[in-house]
Amino acid sequence: MKMNKVLSLALAAAMALSLAACGNSGSGSNGGSVSGSNGGSVSGSNGGGSSSSGQQPTGGSTGELITVGVINNDPNESGYRTANDAAMRATFTEENGYKATFYNNNDAAQQIATAQQMVQDEVDFLLLSPASTTGWDSVLKDAQAAGTQVILFDRMLEADESMYVAAVVSDMPAEGKTAVDWLAAQGLDEYNIIHIQGHMGSDAQLGRTGALDEKVNAESNWNYVTQQTADWDEATARTIVQSVIDSKKPFNVIYAENNGMARGAVAALDAAGIKHGKDGDVIVMGFDSDKWAMEAVLNGSWNYMGLCNPMQAETVDSIIKDLAAGKQPDQKIIYTPERGFDAATITQEDVDTYGT
Amino acid sequence: MTTPVKDPQARVERPDESLWKRLTRQQLFIPVAALALLVLFNLIADPSFFAVSMKENSLGNPVLSGNIISVLDNASELVILAIGMTLVTASSGGQDISVGATMAIAGSVILRMVCGSQVTADTMQMNLILAVLIGIAATMCFGAFNGALVAYFNIQPMVATLIMYTAGRSIAAWINNNQLPIINDLSFKYAGTFLPGIPVPTPIFITALVILIFWLVLKFTTLGLYTQAVGINPSSSRLNGLDPKLIKLLTYVILGVCVAVAGFIRVSRSGSINYSRIAENIEMDAILAVALGGNALSGGKFNIYGSILGAYVIQFLTTTLYKYEVPSTALPAYKAVVVILLVVLSAPVVREKLSRVKKAPVKAAKEVS
Repeated sequence: MKMNKVLSLALAAAMALSLAACGNSGSGSNGGSVSGSNGGSVSGSNGGGSSSSGQQPTGGSTGELITVGVINNDPNESGYRTANDAAMRATFTEENGYKATFYNNNDAAQQIATAQQMVQDEVDFLLLSPASTTGWDSVLKDAQAAGTQVILFDRMLEADESMYVAAVVSDMPAEGKTAVDWLAAQGLDEYNIIHIQGHMGSDAQLGRTGALDEKVNAESNWNYVTQQTADWDEATARTIVQSVIDSKKPFNVIYAENNGMARGAVAALDAAGIKHGKDGDVIVMGFDSDKWAMEAVLNGSWNYMGLCNPMQAETVDSIIKDLAAGKQPDQKIIYTPERGFDAATITQEDVDTYGT
Repeated sequence: MTTPVKDPQARVERPDESLWKRLTRQQLFIPVAALALLVLFNLIADPSFFAVSMKENSLGNPVLSGNIISVLDNASELVILAIGMTLVTASSGGQDISVGATMAIAGSVILRMVCGSQVTADTMQMNLILAVLIGIAATMCFGAFNGALVAYFNIQPMVATLIMYTAGRSIAAWINNNQLPIINDLSFKYAGTFLPGIPVPTPIFITALVILIFWLVLKFTTLGLYTQAVGINPSSSRLNGLDPKLIKLLTYVILGVCVAVAGFIRVSRSGSINYSRIAENIEMDAILAVALGGNALSGGKFNIYGSILGAYVIQFLTTTLYKYEVPSTALPAYKAVVVILLVVLSAPVVREKLSRVKKAPVKAAKEVS
């Protein structure tokens, strides 16, 4: 029965997608393939998106709608990305005055090719969360020539500021700094840190590693027990911590660059009976915005979670509306509000407000 | 001169040469030698590597802890996959590269079943055994899909399984409506961690059980013989009354079962799943395990125990590298070295040279005397 339901949902989504493709005069046949290539699943899970596409043929006029092309990373990458993608899809709907084409891929080359296509289709706005920071020059130039305005969200890329109208991003170095300052405020005699890094070279990894590296180099009582990348993978993080436990090196801090990896680390601690969290022997730190992680901080099993806010959709929405009304954004780079949550001060309200 | 041998290839001049020659020709020579090398390295570098101690985990259960336990525990998924992969390799002369993606599907199905309609469930909504059986059924279907493409449509195994390799993780995400399910029920994690009161990680028992089942199946059924026959020569096995297509299909379905068990272990380690990261690149390790076990990747004769040993060698290598704090990004490079050595060692030219390596000095010594 469940399967039937899912199947019918997928079919409905596929139909909605094909309707959207037919109705989209600008993007022609490509519109359908772009959305379709990510699998019906994504659109299928978003009731709002498919129903609005379904209404479109009766609605008729597309002239008033702002066309946007949204290029994002794979929503399955992490809980953070799932929330980010869902927010974008919920915001850029026809009810809100948009005609949006979505594309998700973690491969920058594919993203660039699709962006190029979207620019050729003359979308009004190109919303970008680039998988890599380089390689976007020609797309940005083409966009400028075609009159497509580019707004970056979530991730930065290497380009002159004049190439995009705004960037709504997380301040990764600040996130790292907040976390390291918090850790320093714990006043341990000695910091023996297991540092589990994210995907090397990513914006989040660089920002979160940078702050800690600086502190460890500056202070004599801050040491790395090990510094390894787990590539955002929970199982790898568990293996790394297990290996440190097996080698019997003393440690008292786990600084994992996302919640999934912190969770893996905690699994290794639990298996070895090492007490962690608020009243434990090992401080556990994670990042991002997962609700379960905030609950772990709330119940004292973890000590800290640095919030990385995935909700850029509203800010991007208001920037576009302002631009459409002829008002330029006040700043080029807008940082989403972020903070750290501490086991001692976090409340249920925080979990409900910020958890995703 | 005196050794009476019927096999012309094994004809040797001197008994002392024949030992080395026989050794290098043994299928298990490579994995055993690799394992011995790793054990030796660790013994010399730091004997405490082998220390096993008793600890109490956070639930108050006594548990064993140590590198060796970690190796046995963490290799579980790989060992189980390697068994299935060996059969697939033997029958079809190719490998299934979709096992990582289908593991994600198995994990996703099982989590979907135990979480019911909730995203975060505190208690299991379904009998765990039933959920695992549904997971097994799901991956058996995908195995059958792969197997049908290979057996009935004669598509290259690597190309046929490329479909699931590409689509599997999206399907896994779709099964859970693109959400990340979490199960907090402690009994769900028994299979991935420890059973209460038992100090040995459960995955070790599950792996042992799987190995036992395959040992029994291979001993008491003709599966092994048929698989080899089909792998060596499909048309002659057909003339002998076998159905090569069905047997190929069967091996892919069996691999599907292995995938589900491995996927179940993996998700029950944490009670959660990350579709795009879970068991990433595990297919490469599984294929490497089969190759390390001395099995020809072109199919035919196989030795399942070689693959099992190969899987443990890979995990032993990984754990050793972690112990010496080799950056985990550099791990694939070390594995690449192993692959290169393997490929070179198993090349017929080198094998021939290797089995003669002892001959030369002996001959030279004789000439001198």
